[in-house]
Amino acid sequence: MTLEKDPLNLIITGVGGQGNVLASHIVASAGIKEELYVTVGETYGASQRGGAVMSHVRFSSQAQCSPLISEGQADIVVGLEPVEALRVMAEFGNPKTRVIVSPRPIYPIWVLSGQAKYPPIEEILGNLEELADRVQVVDVSEDGEALVGTNVLMIGALAASGLLPIPIESFEEAMREILAPKDLEMNFQTFRKGMQAMTGG
Amino acid sequence: MSTLTVDQPGKSVLMMGNEAIARGAIEAGVNFCAAYPGTPSTEIAESLARVAEHFGLYAEWSTNEIVALEAAAAASLAGLRAIVAMKQNGVNVCSDFLMTISLSGTKGGLVIVAADDPSAISSSNEQDSRNFAKFADLPLLEPATFQEAKDITKWAFELSEKLGLPCMIRSVTRLSHSRGNVKLGEIPEGRPVARFEGAYIAGAFVAIQHSALHQKLEQAREAFEESEFNWYVGPEDAKFIIVTSGSGWFYSREAVAALGLGEEVGILKIGTTWPLPERFIIDHLRQATEILIVEEVDPFLEQNIKVILSEQAKTLGPIEVYGAKSGHLPGFGDINQDKVARALASIKGLEYRTRDEVYAQRASDLALPILPPRMPTVCPGCPHRASLWAIKAALKLDGRDGFVTGDIGCYSLGAGPAGFWQLKTLHCMGAGTGLATGFGQLGQFGFNQPVISVCGDSTFFHAAIPGLINARFNNSNLLMVILDNGGTAMTGFQPHPSSGYDALGRPAPVVEIEEVCKAIGVEVKVRDPFEVDQAIEDLYDMLQEDGVKVMVFRRKCYLVESKEKGRKRVFVEPEKCIGDDCGCARFCSRVFNCPGIIWDQEAQKAKIDEVVCTGCGVCATLCPRGAIVVEGG
Repeated sequence: MTLEKDPLNLIITGVGGQGNVLASHIVASAGIKEELYVTVGETYGASQRGGAVMSHVRFSSQAQCSPLISEGQADIVVGLEPVEALRVMAEFGNPKTRVIVSPRPIYPIWVLSGQAKYPPIEEILGNLEELADRVQVVDVSEDGEALVGTNVLMIGALAASGLLPIPIESFEEAMREILAPKDLEMNFQTFRKGMQAMTGG
Repeated sequence: MSTLTVDQPGKSVLMMGNEAIARGAIEAGVNFCAAYPGTPSTEIAESLARVAEHFGLYAEWSTNEIVALEAAAAASLAGLRAIVAMKQNGVNVCSDFLMTISLSGTKGGLVIVAADDPSAISSSNEQDSRNFAKFADLPLLEPATFQEAKDITKWAFELSEKLGLPCMIRSVTRLSHSRGNVKLGEIPEGRPVARFEGAYIAGAFVAIQHSALHQKLEQAREAFEESEFNWYVGPEDAKFIIVTSGSGWFYSREAVAALGLGEEVGILKIGTTWPLPERFIIDHLRQATEILIVEEVDPFLEQNIKVILSEQAKTLGPIEVYGAKSGHLPGFGDINQDKVARALASIKGLEYRTRDEVYAQRASDLALPILPPRMPTVCPGCPHRASLWAIKAALKLDGRDGFVTGDIGCYSLGAGPAGFWQLKTLHCMGAGTGLATGFGQLGQFGFNQPVISVCGDSTFFHAAIPGLINARFNNSNLLMVILDNGGTAMTGFQPHPSSGYDALGRPAPVVEIEEVCKAIGVEVKVRDPFEVDQAIEDLYDMLQEDGVKVMVFRRKCYLVESKEKGRKRVFVEPEKCIGDDCGCARFCSRVFNCPGIIWDQEAQKAKIDEVVCTGCGVCATLCPRGAIVVEGG
């Protein structure tokens, strides 16, 4: 397969505990099924405990890429958390970057303790709009319903966005390989919810 | 299914660098694996333990790195192939044995993987373990790609066996914890019979052994001259050559491409970095007049190559060397393609821009002023939050300006807001207790501050027992608080001697922490940190007595506990929480600072974030108005 843009650079970002690593693992495994070179760079460790987390996922038909994306070179940013999406855009965004973002905040402890302020969600989304080519907001939390699985939800949205040259079936196959069988059905449901949120269906 | 068991040679799969190393060991027919968990090395042994039964290999979590290396070396001495994996600090722990096993030599292939953490993403230092290979006279291999992580590991076993010497592999976080394509090889069948013969005595005729060791290294150098892990790409007659190893390969290639210098800059990639393949290097630098050395962290390659350049000055002529010494690359922290490209651009007098400057400025302006910092914290429901709160309260009640000495684990975050800034020292495994035994001896110099050392359960077995025995033996004054959450939590809850199960998840005998302490002869109490008032009272009482005392705060890591037991719903009763009229100064959200508690700006009251909350209920016991309720008690 050849790519229109090679390498194609995706950043998935969120907060430790949201399942960033699993999300990037699924996307990358799906990519490898299309016979692409895929590289995933992760930051975790201390970040597991509530810090900002980023996965760099890079697709190429030509060579294995380094696990890090250069400053300003993200083609797609998937934000599991809105402030983190903006943090990533500040360093890796460019006028052509496409953003898919969950609007649900996870408050840093310095916000909880009153030492820092969390900006209004409208301001975050507005600034993202100004920096990105296009911002798509994936909001499916209804009536304060607890929303777990933001990672898989956002991967569903990404899969349906058409921004990656990877068919839905490859995502599903990757999920079958990676996830525990008992969690599979619930995750497929979440994945489809994300797809629907993207296609509006 | 684990990619480690896939028996389809030639198939390309996605593998984490650490999994690729484990797969390389399996393709080499490894029989024995021992390790102590530590980021970024943990997944090597974890992956092998997961497939241990499948392949009939032995895998264990050892109590610390030196025991792991000794156990693995035993397998080697009995003719088996063995691997031991550790983070960079672990190499220090095992270094005493390392410095002598190199002299006695080994038999079956013995591979030591040191996973370094440039920029100390999850460490207390960023030491470059390659120095240990040179220090101990051991051959050193540095994989650059995921494929090489597998292939180099497989080859390391053969080399080790051929030389009768352990082989060291140095990985880094960006390889160990990244994922990429790996083409699988064959998995061998059959299992050798273990048998010990002969004698392996370091210390008899050491100078002769040392000289023989140098000869083995010469053999390694010869093997390295022909190694497939060293290669050159670029124009035949390049005057400018980047010399690189490990993670530097990817970054160098991308930097050259980004600057469009592929026609004039060559890259010499070295996978066998100690001893260096001199002839190979000289052959490729004959045309060069300038070289840039790209590596993470220390200028290890740089200094060793400079020795070769100096020795070969007549053959090679003057070559300008750029790298850490010249200031073009840092010599500390991790690197990336932008750092390499900027170094290259500055030498070449070019401009390197990753994006439009006006856009970059706009992006900063729109983001940086409004982005709240996100400090890492202990998880919601973490027993350490309650334990550190109890410690803070007890020290305050005591009023003698007491303080806490710490070490390595999730509770290291207690040096920051997650643990109310309680830890005042933080170095290496077990150091808090060692320091405390010293502080506790300073009474004759007018020192009257109480000292509490904190130490995790896994860390207790790893490194703190000698400190505790020292305190008892020398009659020191300290209160050691063991934060027992049931496993090695920071690295993903691997078992340790008091967990009750082993690396394969099989039941294992329990070494009780309090029994060990009692046998040492110190007073020991076991409490649940979630019973906060009782915990504070007992700590306070213990601080009033002289001598060595141990408090075990026992409560399972809540990430594990809530998965096993399900979680209770916790909520704020809005009519009971009176917000800022209470006088508690927003105790739960601002002071206790659990991520599960938020301040509802509209209602001006506390609120539980039910997605984040794990239902531990500690905040409910601390709320002065009893406004926080745990459903079902």
